[in-house]
Amino acid sequence: MNKQRLKAKIIKYFLQSCGSLSIIIVLLIFLFLFKEAFPFIGSPGIGELFHNIWNPVSFQKEEFGLYPLITGSILVTILATVIAIPFGIIGAVYISEVASAKEREFLKAFIEILAGIPSVVLGFFGLVVIAPLIKQLFDLNTGLTALTGAVLLAFMAIPTIMSISEDAIKSVPSAYKEASLALGASKLETIWKVVVPAALSGIVASVMLGMGRVVGETMTVMMVTGNAPVISMNPFTSVRTMTATIAAEMGEVTIGSHHYMALFWVGIVLMLMTFILNLISYRVLKKYGMIDK
Amino acid sequence: MKNPAIKLAVLMLVLFSFAAAGCAKKDKTDSKDKKSVTIKGSDTMVHLMSTLAEAFMKKHPEVQVSVTGGGSGTGIAALINGTTDICASSRDMQQKEKDQAKEKNINAVEKTIAYDGIAIVVHPDNPLKDVTMEQLKKIYTGAYKNWKELGGPDQPITVLSRESNSGTYVFFQEHVLNKENFAPTVKLMPASSSIVQSISADKWSIGYVGLGYTKEGNIKVVPVKKDDSSPAVTPTHNTVLDKSYGIARPLYLYFNGEPANNNKLLLDFATSPDGQKIVEETGYITLK
Repeated sequence: MNKQRLKAKIIKYFLQSCGSLSIIIVLLIFLFLFKEAFPFIGSPGIGELFHNIWNPVSFQKEEFGLYPLITGSILVTILATVIAIPFGIIGAVYISEVASAKEREFLKAFIEILAGIPSVVLGFFGLVVIAPLIKQLFDLNTGLTALTGAVLLAFMAIPTIMSISEDAIKSVPSAYKEASLALGASKLETIWKVVVPAALSGIVASVMLGMGRVVGETMTVMMVTGNAPVISMNPFTSVRTMTATIAAEMGEVTIGSHHYMALFWVGIVLMLMTFILNLISYRVLKKYGMIDK
Repeated sequence: MKNPAIKLAVLMLVLFSFAAAGCAKKDKTDSKDKKSVTIKGSDTMVHLMSTLAEAFMKKHPEVQVSVTGGGSGTGIAALINGTTDICASSRDMQQKEKDQAKEKNINAVEKTIAYDGIAIVVHPDNPLKDVTMEQLKKIYTGAYKNWKELGGPDQPITVLSRESNSGTYVFFQEHVLNKENFAPTVKLMPASSSIVQSISADKWSIGYVGLGYTKEGNIKVVPVKKDDSSPAVTPTHNTVLDKSYGIARPLYLYFNGEPANNNKLLLDFATSPDGQKIVEETGYITLK
């Protein structure tokens, strides 16, 4: 009896320490970000961040306005989500409700492959195939636009949205479907009016996770969005996202320079954005009763 | 009850960081034993350096040479931070970088191994015959937005540049834009090959790349005039060496201290007739 209690205690402490360790690591990362970014407040001044121009390498005056980067990230994320949602959800409905067993296996394998394409390969594909296509389709003078980035990011978000939505749809009790069909509803009515609403919380969670993937993606956007730090909400212009800025510029900066600190501020803003995104998805899930309390 | 958990967590963290530090240290000594040389830096020079490294390793199989790109700025930062043996750079070290190097007790020694002309490239269908330095400056600072301002058709100009970590970017900013800022609408591409790819696809775009990239893709090199009255000059071996082509630069290797041992072997090879032959084959200009 005593031995068993001891064992239970050890397991409990082990789990507890694992949990606390991850919390400590997250806190240390926070601390590190702020530690590296903090001196910026003193020297160029925090006000430097609230401007419309990002021009960190200059012989005249270096400018670290974050607005173009923030709008760029938001634009690409929203576009990618809008493109990915219908494909992801309809695909999930098809796989879980309509497809035959053989079809299902086949489709799922392909979605897994789509999820496994390295982002640099996707980026190159975008540069050579999608960018010229979008240029031609919309009669633009360049294919390096926010939309091109969004299309490729949608490719990356679709597998996430599809597989989690599919799980959610599958876990809807079959009694719901049977009841609906017994009442004389057609299959399509059952799917859209009973099954999907019942799985909505899972679907919303899948979309939020997909958005998380999109916000953080770097390589693909760096290659195809043109990286011009201009403020725009037009999908046909070039934009520069926060992730691409960090990735492209972190390598060259000398540690401790203004540019270096400014990039850490970009990182902090990016983290706040994902934090807010998580907060929203938490609220949504709570509203639909996915989370207890 | 909470206390032991936190203690344990801290202990684990400490152990973990020790382990990480131990690994890092071990790696460093290992790499020295293996007689390896790392070269980091300019994307413009990546192809040249890796070809040189391959030929070098055939001659000296006991030495392992690894080449990575990332941009001249990246390479210089790596030299200063002590994470590379040799830095390949397509631009001079800036004063502030020299100061930082001094602070960290790094004595950066510069050696020229080749020259490069920066070619102005457009789509082959673009009727542009030549371009003056002044026009280039106006295109890249955003004063010119349409090809008709250069005597072309009524089409907006898509202006392509390298990222700000590229030596070519800084060189271009200094020598073509006379230290003025690039316009924010200029599209920054992560690599020279992305510029070549984009120009092959976009008829009304303009960009700049090292001479080594002009043989790729579907692009046309535009001759450059120093001013309206000077002749249009195409970047070639002769025009770069006699300095009649306006946008040319040396390509450097930077070392920490006078090159010795493997570093010296590599430098000697690069400047030897065999090495210079590779310089020429990869599209750059030899020292003589």
